[in-house]
This record gives sequence, C-alpha cells and structure tokens, in this order.
Amino acid sequence: MTAAPLITYALPKRRHPVLAFTVAQPLGAIAFVVIVVMIGAGLFAPWVAPYDPVALDFGAMLAPPSLEHWFGTDAFGRDIFSRVVYGARTALVIGFLSSFFGCTLGAALGVASAYFGGKIDLVTQGLVDVVLSFPLIVLALVVVAMLGKFVIGGVDVNLIVAIAIPILPKVERVIRAAALSVREMPYVDAARAAGYSNSRIIFRHMAPNVAAPYLIMLTAYIAQAILLEASLSFLGLGVTEPTPAWGLMLSGNASDFYREAPWMILFPGLAISFAVFAFNLFGDSLRDWFDPRFKV
Amino acid sequence: MKALAYIGLAALLALPATASAQAPKRGGTLVYAIGAETPTYDCSATDTYAGLHFLAPFYSTLLKFDLAAYPKVMGDLAESWTISPDKKTYTFKLRNNVTWHDGSPFSSADIKATYDRLRNPPTGVVSTRKATFADIETIDTPDPTTVVFKLSAVNPAMLEHFASPWNCVYSAAKLKDDPAFPTKQVMGTGAFKFTEHVKGSHVAGVKNDKYFLPDRPYLDGFKGVFILQPAAMLNALQGGQVMGEFRSVSPAERDRLVQGMGDKVRIEESSWVLNILIAFNTEKKPFDDVRVRRALSLALDRWGGSQGLSRTSTLRAVGGLLRPGSPMATPEADLVKFPGFGKDIAANRAEARKLLAEAGVPNLKFELINRTIAQPYTPAGIYVVDQWRQIGVEVQHKQMETSPYLAALNAGNYEVAIDFSNLFMDEPSLALAKYVSFDKAPENRSRAIDRELDGLYEKQNRAASDAERVGFIRQFEARMLNQAYQVPLLWWHRIVATNKAVMGWQMSPSHNLGQDLVNVWLNQ
Repeated sequence: MTAAPLITYALPKRRHPVLAFTVAQPLGAIAFVVIVVMIGAGLFAPWVAPYDPVALDFGAMLAPPSLEHWFGTDAFGRDIFSRVVYGARTALVIGFLSSFFGCTLGAALGVASAYFGGKIDLVTQGLVDVVLSFPLIVLALVVVAMLGKFVIGGVDVNLIVAIAIPILPKVERVIRAAALSVREMPYVDAARAAGYSNSRIIFRHMAPNVAAPYLIMLTAYIAQAILLEASLSFLGLGVTEPTPAWGLMLSGNASDFYREAPWMILFPGLAISFAVFAFNLFGDSLRDWFDPRFKV
Repeated sequence: MKALAYIGLAALLALPATASAQAPKRGGTLVYAIGAETPTYDCSATDTYAGLHFLAPFYSTLLKFDLAAYPKVMGDLAESWTISPDKKTYTFKLRNNVTWHDGSPFSSADIKATYDRLRNPPTGVVSTRKATFADIETIDTPDPTTVVFKLSAVNPAMLEHFASPWNCVYSAAKLKDDPAFPTKQVMGTGAFKFTEHVKGSHVAGVKNDKYFLPDRPYLDGFKGVFILQPAAMLNALQGGQVMGEFRSVSPAERDRLVQGMGDKVRIEESSWVLNILIAFNTEKKPFDDVRVRRALSLALDRWGGSQGLSRTSTLRAVGGLLRPGSPMATPEADLVKFPGFGKDIAANRAEARKLLAEAGVPNLKFELINRTIAQPYTPAGIYVVDQWRQIGVEVQHKQMETSPYLAALNAGNYEVAIDFSNLFMDEPSLALAKYVSFDKAPENRSRAIDRELDGLYEKQNRAASDAERVGFIRQFEARMLNQAYQVPLLWWHRIVATNKAVMGWQMSPSHNLGQDLVNVWLNQ
C-alpha cells in the first residue's frame, strides 16, 4: 500500500498592496500619481516655482509660453506656472480641510442618527433634507456671503466652513445608511448588553465599520471642494487677489485677455480639471478596491 | 501733451453733438448696466457713482453742468441766477412749472430745506458735503420762485458746487415730516418717476409726464441693471441685453467690444477727474505715525505703475491732489519733489525701510480693504500689495462689496483702505475738500485732524488771485503728501462704450455727470 501522495496547497502569493492596487485599478494609480505630484508641488512650491507668484513684472506682461515662462504670464507679468504651482497649495488646503470637516461631521452625525433612531433620526433627517434641497454651489454662495471673510494664517476659515456645510448632509445620508446595517450587528447588541456608553458604541464599534465609505467620500469630496473653491473664487467670493488660486486665475482680467493671452485661462483651467479628475478617479478606484462586490 | 489731451477731449465731446444733429426719436426703454448697487437712496450721504447712476434720473438739482460746453454751468431747477458784485450773494430764479412726482408743487422752500440739510444735517442724517457748503450763512426765500444764498465769505467754487450732481433736491414737506426720508423713499422732480428697485437685480423708472421741460424726456422709461462682473457686462452689451455702461470699461474690454460689435458700438474716451487714493486710518496704530504713512507712500512706484497698469486697467496718469493737466495741477517738475513721487524708486524704498525701522515696525503687517469692483480697484490692490512687499511689508488684501466697504470706511473699521477721490470737476475747493480735517469733512477717510491743512484750504478758497491761490494749493499739497494721511496712487482714464442706438448722452471727464437721462433717446 502506498501512501497517498501528500497534496500541498500553495497559498496564493500576496502582492504588495500598492502593486495590487495598481494592477487592479490602473486608472486609480495614475490618478494617485497626479495627486502625489500635486501635493508635492504644493509642499515644495518655493523650490518648484521658478518665480515669486505674486511679484509683478510689467516688462513681461501677457508673455506667451516660453522657456523663460513655461505657462506664459498674466496681465501683471506674473509667471503663470509659478501661480499654478502655488495655487495647488490653496486648492489642497481648502479642498482637504473643507472635505475633512464636512465628511467627518457628516459621518459623526450619520452614525449617531442611525444609532439613536426614533425622533433624533427623524429630526436629523428632516434637517438634512432641507439642506440637501439647496444646490451645492448656491448653498456655499449663501454661506460665504453671510459669513464674510475670517482669515487665519492666510486661510479663509469661513470659506472652508462655506464649502464644508453643503458636503456635510450628503455624507451624513450615506454614512447613516451604512451605519443602519452596522447597528443591527450582534456585536453592537453585545456592546449594549455589556453596558457600554452610547459614545463608546458609536465611536469604538460603529464608526470603524463605516470607515470605508467615509474614506471614499473624503477623497471624492476633495474634488468637489476644489471645484467649489475655484467657483467661489471665480465669482469673487473665495480667495482674494493676489493669492494664487486656480479659480481666481480664471476670473478678473483673464476674461479680458482670453483672445490675446489664452494661456491665462488654459493652464489654471487644466490644473482644476486634472485635480478634480484625479481625486474623482482615485475616489472611484478606492470604492472599487474596498467594495467586495466589485471584486466578484 | 496737455494741448493734445484737450484737443482729444474736444474731439470726443464733439462726437455726440454730431450724432445729436439727428431729430430725436421718442419712446423706448433704455436698459443700461450699473457695476455696483447703491448703498443708499440719499444723494447727500454718498459719493459713489453707484448712487448717481441709480438716483440721478429721479431727481433735479439747482444747477447742472452743460456737458456740451463742459465745464460751463446751466440751470436745472433754476431758470436764471445773479451773483452780487461782492460775490457773496447768489440769487436764483426758479422754474414755476415744477411738480414733485407725488403731484405737489415745488417751491423755493424745497431748495432751502435741501441745502439746510446739506450744510447742517440733523442728528442721524449724513451729509458728506457739509464742508462744501460751510460758507453759506443764510438761505432766504422771498417768494416761491426765488431763493437767495448769502455767503459768509467769497467762495470761488460756489457756483460749481450748486451744480453738483449730488445735491438732489428733496421735498421740504417730506423732510419736515422725516429728515431721513431720502434714505427710505425715492421721490424727486426728475425726468423719471421711480417704479421699482429689486435688490441684486435692477432699478426702473418711467417717464415723468409732468417734467418741467415739456418735450422731455424722450424715453418712455429706463432700467438700470446691476451687473457686478465686468465679463457679464461685456457679454450683455455684446448680446444687446444692455445698451451701455456709463462708468468706464478697461482698455482690454474696449478692444474686445470693438472686435465683437464692430460698428454697433460707440467708444468715447477722456481723462477722468477721479483718482485712487490710499487712506491710512490715523486712529489706528501704527498709522498715527507719520513715518509709517510716509514710508508706505514712498514704496509706491507710481511712474512705473502708470506705464504698466495703463495697458490693462483704467489707471493712467501720475498726479497730485488735482487732475494732471488741469489748470491748477502741480506740474511734473514740482510733483517729483513730493515724497513718493520721485522717480528714483530704489532711493525711495531705502528711505521707506529706514522710516519703518525708526518707527519700530520694520516687519509691518496690516489689512488693506478694497472694493470688489474689478476696474480699477483690483489692479490697484494687487499693485500696492506688491509694492509694499518690496519693503518687507506684509498685507492682507480684503475685497468687499460696495455697501460693506463704504460702511467700513464710514465707521473707521479698517487700517488701510483703497479709497477714491470722486470728483465731478477740477475746481480745487472741491478736490481738496476731502483732505481737510475729519471733523469738517466726514469723507476724509484718514480721520485725521490737521488745522494747518484746514487753514491752507481756507486761504486758497479766499485767495485774491489765481497766482496766490496756486501758491496756497501747492502748500496744501506739500503738507498733505508729507503727512501722507491719504496719498494718490494714479488718476483714471475713462472709456465709455455704448450701443450706437443710444443718442443724446454726453461724454465728460466725470462719470457722475450727465446721468439724469433727460436728453437721451434711442435711434431704433
């Protein structure tokens, strides 16, 4: 009698998560690279930008793209490449902070609303419905017009609040839906039975289980926030001159010179498009990556 | 250069005259753009064009400027006038066919009530022209069509002051009931009756059938649409949604309109009795220190800015407190001796740094408030922020809508502001009134009290001859620019674009004149 051959099962070779993500979500990986480049440009702007972004040079007014000025200059002779690079700072700071506060507060409210249910949920959802009935840009316009400007460290806090407020209810609604299913899980019942406090159950047991949709929305809403910041700056309600900001670069006298100097609107426009596209694409890829249904 | 400017202006002023040679057509509604919304209904309380482009069609004034022969003065509510040999008594004979829009008759009492309110505003009423009319001693109304102004001293500018477009005449009866009624209601004797003001949208008026000139106005009505974004205004003009904007467009906007509208657009240009000022709030530290103010003025390269900014904005000429090229303005040779007007900018900035160090603020930081109106406020703000950075000063540039901006200026809630000297003529008494002490002139944004300036203002006002007057004006200018309470940046250049169907409107060096729309008609 011969012994049965020993069957060995080789465990599938685990790829490095970054490589796995790149293979599974190539577009997401490209988007991630764009985001990293953008963050790098923002962080290292003083070394990346060849000129001071706010320094005027009337001798170089409306100069077309050249080796000296890669993206040309604007009506004040300011180097557009340098302004686009520094503009990444504005976009990222306002985009990230607005999205972070909007998503975090929205998530906290959504989990709490799902956990408590009843009248608290009813009132919360009523309020969310009211806020959701306003289009994103209109709500941001109203908030920024009401609050005015409150600058700390060069960042307009009220602008961040104005952008975060319209994001909050959208995130709240999604997180609440995810939290409703988490609430029914046995471990939540067990936590209740063990006498844990509501805040402990919400933050220790429910919140981590809605982290995936939260992270996806945080990424996606950075794109929305960047777009909103650009729109508000374009309308004169966001960042003020001479701060380099992409939306602001599209407004003002850029519209006066779009024929003579199309580079004044081309490059900041492209920067906004790339940034929004990259964050949206990365957000979508993250969703596909995290969601097991997309892996079937 | 000066001669060329006058020839240019004369040629421009002749243009509408030629156009007006056609027989005017009646009817139609003029739709025009206004780049800012009025902060108040009260002409006496404001000095922004946004007020006049909204209010002027509804009101009359005692006199007005004859724009076909600018700066000649003509009657509006006054039919004729005489000035006594000692130049201290002005007697006006008023029209006897004038009625208020509510149907009540107009009389000399209305003129007296209006000017009493201007020179001596009751509590709660703002008159930014209190200093202008301080020389009026008494106002008598011997009969309903005669009003007599007696002055305490000779004032060479008084006739022009009576023609100021800001002196909207109000009903005495209404003022008696409520001295603040002009802030709440629009009711005048002008060519148009007020119909509506939709905030954020428009103001509209209809023809006043009982207007005192029997064949005017030609229009059935007008609508002033508030379009705050220049790009939107240009699109509206190109698309025919509006037929004009009577303040100014920038050189680039002019070129775009000409390119887009071809022979459908009329472009008229003129130098402008308007400048951008930098106002330092002397009630706030460290701007109570003359060294700080002077340093900030010294850092501004006005000559370089003039060359650069004139290509893309409505800012153009370097000048002192009077319009460059006007009869009593300081010539360039003298102007360059004032702090901040010298052409050696490196030396100016070195001195500026030294002054800031002496004042103990070598790394000065402050907030500059400005209007959101693109031309020329935004370029001016960008420019001065850049200039001050070059001496190590960090500035937070805060742009605000007209109403909150003016509210901040009026309340003194600012450190440094981009302000403007909005004149309607070159008369020095008018131009310099903004710089006398704050307790005499509320429009003095620096809020400074300087009795030396007040004395020089009085002296130039009472000078026996032009030569003597010019001497006092130079001393006033030297004192002002050395103390640097408010310093001019650049003077403006006016470019008005209208649809060629708009006829009868007259170009002038002031965007505050000619907005009563009495003679405007539509050739369509």
